[in-house]
Amino acid sequence: MDPIDAQSAVPEATLELLRALVSHLRENRTQLREEWARRITEAQLLTAMSKEEIFAEATSIYDNYVDVLETGSVEALLAYARNLSERIIPRGVQTNEVVGIVLLLRDVLARSLFKKYQADFALLNRVLDAYEPAANRIAVTVSVGFVQERERVIREQQEAIRELSTPVLPVRERLLILPIIGVIDPLRARQLTEQLLRGIRLNRAKVVVMDITGVPTIDTKVANHLVQTVEAARLLGATVIVTGLSSEIAQTLVNIGVDLGKMNTVGDLQGGIEEAERLLGYKVVPMIESIEQQIIQQKA
Amino acid sequence: MEVPILKQGEYLIASIQSALTDADLLQLRDVLVEHVGRYRSRGVIVDVTALDVMDSFATRTLRDIAHMIRLRGAETVIVGIQPEVAFSMVQLGLTLEEVVTRLDFEEGIAYLNSKKAGSSTKLGSAIPRRTK
Amino acid sequence: MAAASSFASAEATLIATAISELARNIVLYAKTGEIILKIVENANRHGIKIVAGDDGPGIADLEQAMQLGYSTSGSLGLGLPGVKRLMDEFEIVSAPGKGTRVTVLKWRT
Repeated sequence: MDPIDAQSAVPEATLELLRALVSHLRENRTQLREEWARRITEAQLLTAMSKEEIFAEATSIYDNYVDVLETGSVEALLAYARNLSERIIPRGVQTNEVVGIVLLLRDVLARSLFKKYQADFALLNRVLDAYEPAANRIAVTVSVGFVQERERVIREQQEAIRELSTPVLPVRERLLILPIIGVIDPLRARQLTEQLLRGIRLNRAKVVVMDITGVPTIDTKVANHLVQTVEAARLLGATVIVTGLSSEIAQTLVNIGVDLGKMNTVGDLQGGIEEAERLLGYKVVPMIESIEQQIIQQKA
Repeated sequence: MEVPILKQGEYLIASIQSALTDADLLQLRDVLVEHVGRYRSRGVIVDVTALDVMDSFATRTLRDIAHMIRLRGAETVIVGIQPEVAFSMVQLGLTLEEVVTRLDFEEGIAYLNSKKAGSSTKLGSAIPRRTK
Repeated sequence: MAAASSFASAEATLIATAISELARNIVLYAKTGEIILKIVENANRHGIKIVAGDDGPGIADLEQAMQLGYSTSGSLGLGLPGVKRLMDEFEIVSAPGKGTRVTVLKWRT
């Protein structure tokens, strides 16, 4: 059920009660709001925030809360809850705190209703019947808004970590190094391929050293993917040298029947870079040696 | 659409401009293989930069072109395969074995020139070497 | 269409290649048929579904047809298993004389 449409099904008598309730909550805004903020502090919720901040947010939530009771539309509240969550999530506010404060407000308001209608038990019952569903809907809306926002933040962070986890480093003209550390799941494997192929094009690389020293083990699916990546790189005109294969990974590759003619492997990263330089036609010589050679050549 | 073929010195250059039908591909094959003999070309570059999809037929035809031209005594280089296309080709199981591929036209020319110079370094002499 | 349903370009290429392979199979074996593309959605993801159907001769041995390197037409024989590898979900229904229907699905990630 769409929560926004829920109010249309509410009978007129209930709406009447809600209207009375709304004006009661508006009249007692100052006092109830303070009571709520006090209860929040008492329950040691939102400890990451200052008293003034809590009071400011409490005011906004309170007003939004009463608006929902009046209009039946949770849209504005949901937007506010998301916005609030965006601001407080980085400060470490937890889900239980957010749910806690909304339930506290529900409680504070219910108590004030008890007080107001205590003389007429039947009326109190009807008021609570009107109030409860609306209050519950508000609690759900705020909690869901918070959780959704937090999930969004988590997704963004995962994305960022993935981007960072497969750096494609140009170390020399035409030479890329791709150090991979940690577990490669299928999603990361695909990302790795995309970044590598893009990197080859961008840097006009001819040789790529893919170092998997930091990868303890891979499953056959990822192993196949790795082989495919090497083949795809070749189609772009680049040679991939894989270094640092653990014995487990070697075993996996043998098990999937990898074509060794297509895989260029060297024991460690250092050896891989040396091989890459050889392929690229570089020769790295210590300076002393190089000077000595020049002297010999001059003498000769 | 017919693929324009340019003769540039000892090389033939076929630059594919847009998606090709199977018939276009076969015609390209026939024309290239025939031209190699007629112009006594030593190398052929097929530029596929414009292709955003290469299915099994296209890949097989490119491989056939390269192999047939080899038998006619010349070298073929396929250049400009897009990263996405390359990945989807290997996923399909098409890897253009025994066919030389290079990043782009420039690299393709460099490869053919290296062959002409008789250099046998694995990656060709596309990389400038320090002269002593 | 793949691009419109916000697939990344790499995935759009995979989808386009799969469609091309499926169309090739139809033309090769059945001469005529149809390919239907649909956007599919469920609670937490959406994707594209491709149904390639024909009333051609059908396939007698599906298991064999799904083996890499198998082909009755002298092609590379990568068609169906290749398509399966390109996509996330793959289903084939076929019998001799009853035509062939291949349904594949790619989820957006």
